[in-house]
Amino acid sequence: MPSESDARLAILGSIRNALRVPAERNDAARAAEYAAIPRDYKRSGTRQGEALLELFTHRLQEYDAGVQRAPSGKIADAIGGLLAERGRHRIAIPDEVPRTWLPPGYPFEEAAGLDSMQLDKLDGVLTGCTVAIAETGSIVLQNAAAQGRRALSLVPDYHLCVVFASQVVETVPECFARLDATANLPTTFFSGPSATADIEMTRIKGVHGPRYLDVLLVVD
Amino acid sequence: MSAPQSHWTNRSFPEAAKELLADSQIRRNVRHATDVIQAKRNRVVGELPDWEALREAGSAIRAHALEHLDEYLVEFERNCTRAGGTVHWARDAAEANRIILGLIQRHQAKEVIKIKTMTSEEIGLNRHLEANGVRPHETDLAELIVQLGHDKPSHFVVPALHKNRQQVREIFQREMHLPELGDKPEDLCAAARAYLREKYLRIKVAVSGANFLVAENGAVCIVESEGNGRMCLTLPDVLISLVGIEKVLPRFRDLEVVLQTLPRSATGERMNPYNSIWTGVHEGDGPKEFHVVLLDNGRSPILADGEARQTLKCIRCAACLNACPVYHQTGGHAYESAYPGPIGAILTPQLHSMEQGRTLPYASSLCGACYEVCPVKINIPEVLIHLRGKVVEQDQKTLGGKLGVWNVGMQAAAFVMSSAQRFTLAQHMGQLAQKIFVSKSGFIERLPFMLSGWTQTRDLKALPQQSFRDWWAERESNGGDATGAAKESRDAK
Ligand code: SF4
Repeated sequence: MPSESDARLAILGSIRNALRVPAERNDAARAAEYAAIPRDYKRSGTRQGEALLELFTHRLQEYDAGVQRAPSGKIADAIGGLLAERGRHRIAIPDEVPRTWLPPGYPFEEAAGLDSMQLDKLDGVLTGCTVAIAETGSIVLQNAAAQGRRALSLVPDYHLCVVFASQVVETVPECFARLDATANLPTTFFSGPSATADIEMTRIKGVHGPRYLDVLLVVD
Repeated sequence: MSAPQSHWTNRSFPEAAKELLADSQIRRNVRHATDVIQAKRNRVVGELPDWEALREAGSAIRAHALEHLDEYLVEFERNCTRAGGTVHWARDAAEANRIILGLIQRHQAKEVIKIKTMTSEEIGLNRHLEANGVRPHETDLAELIVQLGHDKPSHFVVPALHKNRQQVREIFQREMHLPELGDKPEDLCAAARAYLREKYLRIKVAVSGANFLVAENGAVCIVESEGNGRMCLTLPDVLISLVGIEKVLPRFRDLEVVLQTLPRSATGERMNPYNSIWTGVHEGDGPKEFHVVLLDNGRSPILADGEARQTLKCIRCAACLNACPVYHQTGGHAYESAYPGPIGAILTPQLHSMEQGRTLPYASSLCGACYEVCPVKINIPEVLIHLRGKVVEQDQKTLGGKLGVWNVGMQAAAFVMSSAQRFTLAQHMGQLAQKIFVSKSGFIERLPFMLSGWTQTRDLKALPQQSFRDWWAERESNGGDATGAAKESRDAK
């Protein structure tokens, strides 16, 4: 559309005019300016091992998420226990969820073939994650193995997420360092179950996303 | 460039504020909400020893992005397009409305779902869609309350904070046909969930704003709480994001700064429940068609003013609203703009080339609380004074303006307020001197000499014995918690 390209030129022209920039801008100078931005904030954390996992667990619990631990050899048992406890049976799973996670006796449904209406009728979803942030109690999902497309962790009312101890970092900048290589994938950070404080500033759980979240922390 | 447009009326701040000051229910609701958010914000900000370094970095990143805005927008456009998105450019509100309506009509959609976006409010998108036979459904709980109540938002993060739950219940009972609905927040929330879920699963076109654009890879980032954003971003076939041109960040990793400062400042959470980041179109995940509409609407000329340019660094956290004693008193509607509070007082008049919102630069006591809390260090008091100078300059060009009560009063005030030190001194003197003018009701009904222009248009609340500034300084040195003093005295018992 010609009028749209007119608008593009007009806006860029107006910006350049306002900034009084030369016609040819200097990429190297811009890169140097960018590099000089002060970044004296905390890049990496100080906690390791148990202290790090404890902080993560504590933060998740503050959001009202359930947290359990299991060694890598006992993932299926732990998942079976959680599903039984919650009374959740029909669970969606994304592609490439390791079979060793799945307890026998549950009708796990491959999510790839389900549309949103069908997802809405299931009891929950089981996923892994890409990275988790202890300081903020956040878990990051990407469209990757054992995580799947974004709707999976959104439409069902219950989410059971498997997080390995090696995936937990302390700070937000450490998380971004890990995401750098896969920055173009659809990415969702979630911190506890969905919530709102829009009515008189009272926090209410589960407006549109899952109302219930369990995290299985795998620690050897 | 054509003149920017807005659908808000053009009453002056004193006119609108007078009406709102009389509505004590609104004032109570506003005060409750802002007090709660502020206390939470102070707590989670206080636990980060590197908070000042994060503010510094956030400020520098945003300033750098603005200084190279043309370059970063072109880089964003290239990368978004490469990833399968389509980028549109809109000079003003009319152009943005036309582009968005055109996209919706191309898909023969009669309804759209919407995520809270202030730019949509700025351009009056809902009105434009309705006038053209498209029904917009707001999905953010607070926006839904505002929309069903035929109301206007009064805060960016909690747009319906001026409504309490009884008022929300009445709106939902009437508009959702639920006569039996209770008034517990849980009941109201469940009603909204049921009302909207059907729409998410059925409606094929969504309209959103965005918190950040990333030049480096063409990513778009949206920060939210309820999951309504995720519903709109992932379930429909077509997504249209309307975004102000100033929202671009140079690199993906710059998010590591703003995703720390924004949630802590906005809702007092360490991280908000959901952040979504995506690039163009991803096969098998989310919309098949993605459009970004880049909106200028009066932004680019602001870059020319070296002092006022910092206004565009804003990441819309609303911390300055919550901290502002004037906002506390009047709520958001008095600003008669999509952008209320201290940031609105500097942004609105600039977006309209100082022809609308001219009284807004005066809607402040210059106490500096907004600057203290701003996560990107916008010096709002400095910009306010600068803009007051511009208003006076414009007024002096006309005889009426020269003699106008605002002008005379403001020249005196501008002298006093143009230096923080002078202002503090004047406040202290005022506390002593005002004793002569304060009426029994505690209001100053007439001021002598040059300042009498001010009291002709409104009553001035007597200065408290401790100025806000002094109180703030004391409070900061007490550990920065608004409730700190009260808590300490409780703990001591
Ligand atoms: S001006 Fe600063 S404090 Fe106010 S909304 Fe913008 S970023 Fe937040």
